[in-house]
Amino acid sequence: MTTTTSRPLAIAAEGLRKAYGDKTVLDGIDLAVPTGTVFSLLGPNGAGKTTAVKILSTLITADAGELQVGGHDLATAPQAVRAAIGVTGQFSAVDGLITGEENMLLMADLHHLSRREGRRTAAELLERLDLVEAAKKPVSTYSGGMKRRLDIAMTLVGDPRIIFLDEPTTGLDPRSRHNMWQIIRELVSGGVTVFLTTQYLEEADELADRIAVLSDGEIAAEGSADELKRLVPGGHVRLRFTDPAAYRSAAVALREANRDDEALSLQIPSDGSQRELRAILDWLDSAGVEADELTVHTPDLDDVFFALTGGTKLPNQSKENVR
Amino acid sequence: MSALSLAVRDSSTMLRRNLLHARRYPSMTLNLLLTPIMLLLLFVYVFGGVMSAGIGGGGADRSDYIAYLVPGLLIMTIGSTVIGAAISVSMDMTEGLIARFRTMAVYRGSVLVGHVVGSVLQVLASLVLVGAIAVAIGFRSRDATALEWLAAFGLIALFALALTWIAVGMGMASPNPEAASNMATPLILLPLISSAFVPIDAIPGWFQPIAEYQPFTPVIETLRGLLLGSEIDSNGWIAMAWCVGLTALGYRWSTALFNRDPK
Repeated sequence: MTTTTSRPLAIAAEGLRKAYGDKTVLDGIDLAVPTGTVFSLLGPNGAGKTTAVKILSTLITADAGELQVGGHDLATAPQAVRAAIGVTGQFSAVDGLITGEENMLLMADLHHLSRREGRRTAAELLERLDLVEAAKKPVSTYSGGMKRRLDIAMTLVGDPRIIFLDEPTTGLDPRSRHNMWQIIRELVSGGVTVFLTTQYLEEADELADRIAVLSDGEIAAEGSADELKRLVPGGHVRLRFTDPAAYRSAAVALREANRDDEALSLQIPSDGSQRELRAILDWLDSAGVEADELTVHTPDLDDVFFALTGGTKLPNQSKENVR
Repeated sequence: MSALSLAVRDSSTMLRRNLLHARRYPSMTLNLLLTPIMLLLLFVYVFGGVMSAGIGGGGADRSDYIAYLVPGLLIMTIGSTVIGAAISVSMDMTEGLIARFRTMAVYRGSVLVGHVVGSVLQVLASLVLVGAIAVAIGFRSRDATALEWLAAFGLIALFALALTWIAVGMGMASPNPEAASNMATPLILLPLISSAFVPIDAIPGWFQPIAEYQPFTPVIETLRGLLLGSEIDSNGWIAMAWCVGLTALGYRWSTALFNRDPK
């Protein structure tokens, strides 16, 4: 936090509140995103991530809060904010009835580029997002990944300095996801500020300089990926058994281990270092314990996520699995 | 760039988008056009004999009925083609693209202005088509001066503008294109119960107020007067009042819905 706050803030929010009727979606959150960094808002479905993006990108108004984006006040100068930002929402914001190229030229026109400059920008971005072949086809024929890429390409017209990406890789295949990450990294190396929401911990870990974990409309924790990981003592060695009898005798022998009777597994707290691992192995040998599987688990953002957003280790997610 | 030239530029960009849609997918407009054209042919060639016997004191022939019918059907064409605006506005609103426009530094009204101007142009093109069919089957104006033609054109354009704004409001208020299409049904039904097909005084007495106190009848009567030389009387002013009133109402309604926070 000490190294980055000296830079001017691209996004600053204090006491951001939004409620729909009785339901409080954002309960007075504070955000500070220095220029040229990637900030990730992480949280389960319904945590309020999209609402935060919609407010900061001028789509909807906040109930309360001091909000500034690109140095402009959201309440008093929304058009100035709009001129500084690019937004890729969760749902594709492309015109399905016209071609990819026509979509790009539409954006160029709305950014008041000259005809020549518009054509050049459109061609450049279509090339960069690997859409040259599809450029002359109607967008309604595009695959989900292609629509997503076109969406990003349209956002990049006009060279916005602050970009909001609401779950940019949801629904993308692994290759497309990695391509998207590459694009985001390129943007940041060009000095662009990226505000990213995701429910993928890996994504936040890969891209973000700072991560805020949003849970039930409040920031549950904020920091770099490493700082967050330090918050949760999640490191352990996990022993798995297939034979219930072997499991029971091992559980008796290893009293310090946490038991998971259903999975027939034992967890021994450990930092995963070579020395500790050897000690554990010696201990297992001397106790005559023979596990069918041994895995070393170092704390990752999953631990942080589950610890902060629900309290339970195993998420009882109804629809989606958080990876 | 000044605020005005920015507004004009963004609106014309949005208009180009809407016209591109209309050109790429003309089937919707053509479908909407089918109703008035079918009715024109049906009432002239199938019911024409009976209908003409009922007007002008019984001494009229088919060409008299064509003359009576065409102004009504031209105005009806406006009602049916603006439904396209309700559908396409509602289609736009259910998609993410409008959210993108809202987060860009473009003139706020450009989305709606693009739809309105695009729709009015489509209505005028449709009228040219229906008008050409009417002329082909024998419609002729009666001693209409250039000034009267100009006034007729102005009246048509104004009424198209008024109904388009209403249709845009309907599109904004509907959760999906199907609902928009349903909500806009009165725009086809109202001309059927106006003076488009039969004179008001030939309609049963209890029904006459419904036919009389609605926008289509005074506009149709005014157009008849301009093209055929029949009495306009107070219909001219009443028609103007409807046009101005509906435009103001539709404009206020649409912009209020557009400026509301999206869901």
